[in-house]
Amino acid sequence: MMANRSVLVWGPWVLVALLGASALGVVALHRGETINALWIVVAAVCVYLTAYRFYGLFIARRVLGLDPARRTPAVRHNDGLDYVPTHKYVLFGHHFAAIAGAGPLVGPVLATQMGYLPGTLWLLVGVVFAGAVQDFVVLFISTRRDGRSLGDLIRTEMGTIPGVIAMIGILMIMIILLAVLALVVVKALADSPWGTFTVFATMPIALLMGIYGRYIRPGRIGEVSLIGFIGLILAIVFGEHVAASPVWAPAFTFSGEALALMLIAYGFIASVIPVWLLLAPRDYLSTFLKIGTIVGLAIGILIVQPELRMPAVTRFIDGTGPVFAGTLFPFLFVTIACGAVSGFHSLVSSGTTPKMIENEVHTPFIGYGAMLMESFVAIMALVAASVLDPAIYFALNSPAALIGSTTNEAALAVSGWGFTVTPVMLDQLASELGESTILSRTGGAPTLAVGMANILSNVIGGPGMMAFWYHFAILFEALFILTTVDAGTRVARFMIQDLIGTAVPRLKDTRNWTGNLLATAVAVGGWGWFLYQGVTDPLGGINTLWPLFGISNQMLAAIALTMCTVVLFRMKRARYAWVTLLPLTWLLICTLTAGWQKMFHPDSRIGFLAHAGKYSDALARGELLPPAKGVGQMRQVIFNDYVNASLCALFMIVVAAIVFYGVKAVSEAIRSDAPTSREVGDALA
Amino acid sequence: MHWLELAKLTARLMVGVPSYEAYVSHRAVAHPGEPVMDRGKFYAERLEKRFGGVSRCC
Repeated sequence: MMANRSVLVWGPWVLVALLGASALGVVALHRGETINALWIVVAAVCVYLTAYRFYGLFIARRVLGLDPARRTPAVRHNDGLDYVPTHKYVLFGHHFAAIAGAGPLVGPVLATQMGYLPGTLWLLVGVVFAGAVQDFVVLFISTRRDGRSLGDLIRTEMGTIPGVIAMIGILMIMIILLAVLALVVVKALADSPWGTFTVFATMPIALLMGIYGRYIRPGRIGEVSLIGFIGLILAIVFGEHVAASPVWAPAFTFSGEALALMLIAYGFIASVIPVWLLLAPRDYLSTFLKIGTIVGLAIGILIVQPELRMPAVTRFIDGTGPVFAGTLFPFLFVTIACGAVSGFHSLVSSGTTPKMIENEVHTPFIGYGAMLMESFVAIMALVAASVLDPAIYFALNSPAALIGSTTNEAALAVSGWGFTVTPVMLDQLASELGESTILSRTGGAPTLAVGMANILSNVIGGPGMMAFWYHFAILFEALFILTTVDAGTRVARFMIQDLIGTAVPRLKDTRNWTGNLLATAVAVGGWGWFLYQGVTDPLGGINTLWPLFGISNQMLAAIALTMCTVVLFRMKRARYAWVTLLPLTWLLICTLTAGWQKMFHPDSRIGFLAHAGKYSDALARGELLPPAKGVGQMRQVIFNDYVNASLCALFMIVVAAIVFYGVKAVSEAIRSDAPTSREVGDALA
Repeated sequence: MHWLELAKLTARLMVGVPSYEAYVSHRAVAHPGEPVMDRGKFYAERLEKRFGGVSRCC
């Protein structure tokens, strides 16, 4: 009887584990012929299920000791607004929508330059042992402390100084994040009248939706989203005619620099006008489009079952790749941040979600589970990039400085790397997509869009719909990146107002217009500066900014995991502290190595200081190096390098300081006989 | 709860708007007789809150 029962309980898990192990074996060991994407999908799903059932629940029961009888902040402070006990599936959706943005779609696409295998393995291992652990443990800690924010948690558990240091670190990370995301949009829209028209069209559509939702039918989110969705589809369809028109196409064709300046102006305006007018309606569109597209892509992959044409591992693991510079270790691990481990999630896990947890035992499903789901999104992005002909992938993702600006030059350069392609193939794909060129459309979004168009047109519409699906995918990515840029600029503004406010209290009030405009200008100026620098970079900017973003994002994860480790020691659960120490150690090794290399690597493609040195030497000899067209621009390039190097140094100092305070807090916790963690509330309160 | 109802609640909470009905019934139970925001006010209040802090990731 007992034996029968245990077969029933464990049998399915043995099957899932075996299936996962075989699929993973196929993915990892397969060489030569192409491999079907389904193997990766099956391997990933089995890994997620097994990891959740065994590791996630191990952390829940043994490490954290979840207590179903304990009342959560949502129950104790129920106000029907912020604190609301929420059904766990509903909250899962909320949490997932909040954590999954553009990051998991871009990073894996860039990492595909090293082949599909390194990225896949890091996504799976990273999420199970680092990303999901961080999200879950932070959610748990915040839920036990009235839903306090990461900054507050660091302050109360580690001290005031580390709290302030962490706040400054978070602000800098926001600035880099906004710059790199804006750069992805600029890269996707430059010289693309169809794409630019559709993205521009979202603004009047959103304004219309905003007015409808505010005055005509307040709160009717479904209706207003439907109206917006129809508007978007019309914009895509109409965009084709705009792109084909000799009159209108030039009006919507802009250089990267022009788009960057427009985006900076837009960011400023969008973050000071009322949220209901522009931001909220765009939020609806981008959120629902995001979820819909992710589901659509998953179904598409299952139906089409595409073959991966990218090799498992390419020669570019040696660090000479055109998409980003640097060897597999450490740069693959910082290129894929979101999807494997993303420090930014610690802000969401200590934000709105913990205030809505109905029962503590829901935290593994929401914290650990939603992150597994994000990892799956990243896996799909990697699949979409890997189904492309590798030659197309490299033509799309290599900067013009490496492959030239004509299809003849590009075909020659890419073929020279061992990925044979003809100029005709490159021209033909561009015309199928309704674009003038596909060369050097760096930043990940266009690659993902081509991959998605490939898969989705196989399900709906055939080759004739390629151009529609391509622009649909571009619009979908641009839309939610712009929403993040608006919302992020606002958050950065509040943080800056908070910081300025400590010196000039009057400016702290968020309704004070001087403080408001001043802080917004600082925020927009910050990310705008990095954006413009990226747009004018001959290597395409993504090369420089994406690793910086990856490093900073994972450093934030290291900060969050330090706090988690401290709390585990203060809870007197030291014997399980390896659960957070393990990912923390790995992240510190990766990010500090990558940060160090970005500063001091002798190769000027990797090290900022070596790059500055190269330009300084040229300047001393009286030479000009592209893209600089004069002495002033040469000096600007050198200055940018020093700023980037300083920023890297600052990130490293912030992390080192937090770890220092972490070690101090842990040793104090060890010396204490009783638990010292500052939990709020209890089962009987 | 019916799955369609759950899906609707999920979609609304994804954009930061919790159930208005739950809010009203909470007010009735916990604060009887005190003023309750109408749907428009409730919705506007939630929007301000959503964009007043970190509500999303990259």
